[in-house]
Amino acid sequence: MLGRTANGLFWMFRYLERAENTARLLEAALRMALTRDIVAAEAEWRSVIATLGLQQAYEAANEGYDGLSVWNFVLRGPSNPGNVRAMFGAVRSNARMARINISSDVWEAVNDNWMKLDKLLARPVGQTAVGEVLGAIRRAGTQVHGAFDGSMLRDEGFHFARAGTFIERADSTARILDMKYFLLLPSLSYVGSSLDTGQWEQVLRSVAGARVYSWLNAGQIEARGIVDFLVLDDRFPRSLAFCRGALRECLGALARAHGVEGGCHALMRDADTRISHLSVDQIFDQGLHEFLVDFLARNAAISRAIAEDYRFHA
Amino acid sequence: MNDDGGTFDEMFDGSGQTRPAYAEYCRWFDEQPGEVLKRKNREADDTFRRTGITFNVYGENEAEERLIPFDMVPRIITAAEWRRLSRGIEQRVRALNSFLYDLYHRQEIVRAGRLPERLLRANDAWLANMVGFTPPGGIYTHIVGIDLVRTGPDEFFVLEDNARTPSGVSYMLENRETMMAMFPDLFSRVGVESVSNYPRRLARSLAACVPPAFRGGRATVAVLTPGIYNSAYFEHAFLADQMGAELVEGSDLRVVEDRVQMRTTRGYKPIDVLYRRVDDEFLDPLTFNPDSVLGVPGIMDVYRAGGITIANAPGTGVADDKAIYSFMPEIVEFYTGEKPLLPNVQTWRCADPDSLAYVLDNLAELVVKEVHGSGGYGMLIGPTASRKEIKAFREKLEARPENYIAQPTLALSTCPIYTRAGLAPRHVDLRPFVLVSPEGIDITPGGLTRVALKKGSLVVNSSQGGGTKDTWVLKD
Repeated sequence: MLGRTANGLFWMFRYLERAENTARLLEAALRMALTRDIVAAEAEWRSVIATLGLQQAYEAANEGYDGLSVWNFVLRGPSNPGNVRAMFGAVRSNARMARINISSDVWEAVNDNWMKLDKLLARPVGQTAVGEVLGAIRRAGTQVHGAFDGSMLRDEGFHFARAGTFIERADSTARILDMKYFLLLPSLSYVGSSLDTGQWEQVLRSVAGARVYSWLNAGQIEARGIVDFLVLDDRFPRSLAFCRGALRECLGALARAHGVEGGCHALMRDADTRISHLSVDQIFDQGLHEFLVDFLARNAAISRAIAEDYRFHA
Repeated sequence: MNDDGGTFDEMFDGSGQTRPAYAEYCRWFDEQPGEVLKRKNREADDTFRRTGITFNVYGENEAEERLIPFDMVPRIITAAEWRRLSRGIEQRVRALNSFLYDLYHRQEIVRAGRLPERLLRANDAWLANMVGFTPPGGIYTHIVGIDLVRTGPDEFFVLEDNARTPSGVSYMLENRETMMAMFPDLFSRVGVESVSNYPRRLARSLAACVPPAFRGGRATVAVLTPGIYNSAYFEHAFLADQMGAELVEGSDLRVVEDRVQMRTTRGYKPIDVLYRRVDDEFLDPLTFNPDSVLGVPGIMDVYRAGGITIANAPGTGVADDKAIYSFMPEIVEFYTGEKPLLPNVQTWRCADPDSLAYVLDNLAELVVKEVHGSGGYGMLIGPTASRKEIKAFREKLEARPENYIAQPTLALSTCPIYTRAGLAPRHVDLRPFVLVSPEGIDITPGGLTRVALKKGSLVVNSSQGGGTKDTWVLKD
């Protein structure tokens, strides 16, 4: 496979994942804002922009933090080059570039959803439409992944695409957790208070884990349990441990197919030794924020090493 | 010969009777409920959009992609008509290859006084560094598109030879796929020659032209595209996919150890045959346009040393400009020793003073084309042009007469298209696709029918609002 094509598959799935995660983040904030007073709602929208690292660009283009402004900026803001509409454009142009290495089912799922979303996002998204738009973005991801699982040859292209998915997903979960933790820091001593519970529940919603968490924990919401779930529980497909495991599989398959390991494999092994056998208490002892910063840096380093090992660029 | 003194319609004769080629199709058509046809017509558009069969339009918004409109009424050719056509096409393509070999070797045709030497010297597509070089297998034009027009029951003419990088074959294939998906019952009633193995035939044809450096095993074939913003990118990806070939861009390629190699996830890998869909001038920045980022620095040296096959060969464009076209009858006779089976359209070369005088006197009746133009750009259609347009063109003609040829305005045949008001005749042309390899000349039965969607319009180019039809060659 061409290095450029591998790069196309990797980024096609990173952008697809990013769009889906962004939609989940907005959905969770939307729900939160509806159930809180104006001050709390504004804080929630502010934290969405902060989580996405868009403060500067957002504040240059907007007066204050209200839902309508935030979701329009994130979904389609012309002064936000990384908006969701542009992400889908990138998904599609990467898919076109890798066209001969993806199945027709995958291409049609991408193209179909791109046509739909590009139209939905061509105009400002109002209060009544936003739920539908966010749902459509999530479903786009689901449809592409479904077509992908059901029709793709399990060759190296498959593994590059999955590597992109799990690197992006781990990045997203870690960022959401870090941001919420940062906001919640002052209230950590009030673990169990009602505001706190709501905020932590919000973290779970942002990564589509609220229902399954409360089913596993008989409805008990508390910080340590949530961190344990989102970082260490390898049964939950958006946890850091799950993403790491899936990425490990992808890289293992690539090494077997090529008969040789590269720099990304060494980094992966090194990263693994830092997270395996870790308990949630140890994470809190070393500091959750420090742990997550280290995790994000290693995740990014593995991504760069994959690009280098497999000749993504000339 | 035309039934109503004007246009020949391929489906109905002058008295409104269905011609034999369309008999079974029309019976089927009349049995279809109108509502069903309307729905199918809408569905066709969605199918094309979903599969992404689009092309980009030059000069418009960079990212704009458009559909080439598809008309669901097939264009039908009988087996007997096709036999005649394919003999003529075969002869012409054989002559084109001999002509190219001769031009880049001894130039016997010039020595014999049958072709003026100035046509070569003045030709931008002429490549001095092809002189004395013979491409692998002696093949210059691996893929050719011959544009045909019809004016009567037995009157077919060659309008243009496309010997560089003819496009449109993906539409031939997708139009058939779409028709079969929409109307499966129709194909069980009418026997139609298949076109679907074109990509396999192309792959085989290309693999038969391996360069001297080929080391055995399975030949590595790659399609070179300018990239996803090129107007024909869909076709490049489609053909690579169907052939099981790599789809490469200039940035993937590099000369390593005297071979052109592509950057794979496992390192650089040599390419044996490159089906390039970039123009000559962008192929090698060291030899041609130094600003090109679409090509591969040094590929021409590798080519001349036998390290790679380039299809079509560089420099083939010299055979398909419109000044050379006017000599095709002589060219066919010179190399095959036979009379041409397919006639040219009468052509005035404006470089010739007598012809120029005639053309200037009759601009309002003629079609005037740039010698190197393509895609329907830079031409004048006298009968539909305004007085102002004719005046502007007259000045261009007088300034550079050698840059133009003129032809009579042909009464192109029509074939009905489906409209909300029923069937309506529109002008059509036909581009059959021809593969050339040392194993022989292979013509896919059918080709791409282009259709002018505007009533009365003679311009069928997709860049100017033309559409396409599925083209059927009936089984005997």
